[in-house]
Amino acid sequence: MDNREKLFACITATSFVLDDLRLFLDTHPTDREALAHWEKLQKVRNEAVEEYTKCYGPINSYDVDVNNKWAWIEEPWPWEGRC
Amino acid sequence: MWSYEKRLQYPVNIKQPNPRLAQVIMSQFGGPDGELAASQRYLSQRYSTKNKKVAAILTDIGTEELAHMEMVCAIVHQLTRDLTPQQIVESGFEKYYVDHTLALWPQSAGGIPFNSCFFQSKGDPITDLVEDMAAEQKARTTYDNILRLVHDQDVCDPIKFLRKREIIHFQRFGEALRIIQDELDRKNFYAINPDFAADQCK
Repeated sequence: MDNREKLFACITATSFVLDDLRLFLDTHPTDREALAHWEKLQKVRNEAVEEYTKCYGPINSYDVDVNNKWAWIEEPWPWEGRC
Repeated sequence: MWSYEKRLQYPVNIKQPNPRLAQVIMSQFGGPDGELAASQRYLSQRYSTKNKKVAAILTDIGTEELAHMEMVCAIVHQLTRDLTPQQIVESGFEKYYVDHTLALWPQSAGGIPFNSCFFQSKGDPITDLVEDMAAEQKARTTYDNILRLVHDQDVCDPIKFLRKREIIHFQRFGEALRIIQDELDRKNFYAINPDFAADQCK
């Protein structure tokens, strides 16, 4: 696994934990353990997304760095797979 | 407002085309218990609910269903990518192919087009949440049925992920139903619509 794949796998994994925690917190909004877990994972995910976006291109179009080109369309779409 | 992320919720990387299997799995895109129906069910129901936790769970599960729809579509797309006319005929995919070539279109495995009658949006959170719990179980059964037909690990893996999410969603909707029932007036023991004309029940 190269650095790009590792970083992408980290984004997938941390995003999923947050997706799952989000639903749990919707019905348990004061659960301290879940809130602490959210805070920790949110930080890891934000850092991974920031680094990935800087090195390999945007995951979210709000984060496109317009440097004389529109990078949003450059990388493959997710349904294309990686094989 | 939604914001698209250029990634799948769980990876889909299928190497071996299998149009016969694609025709079965597409039911979870546009079939009666599919992800399109799931997303539109929850995202339609949320507007009339007065409970903040229930509005949140409908919004967030509805949003996750959109991501699941994308995963199912990615599976179907990768199973039917670059097919030859011979593969199409041999696999029985020609009846779909003639109308849609290799595009995605929401229908059931049996060819019945997507229909909003697959779900309800009733304006009564008890009615809606009981439907939502049933919907998650129906989708879980469908994934179980699919898994009995799949022998390719590349397909099995994301389908298993989707199946597990149905179980989590069922749990969360169960909690949402309990929250609504706990907040009802004690006299409303028939749990008559707390979001409409609630005074009539007191």
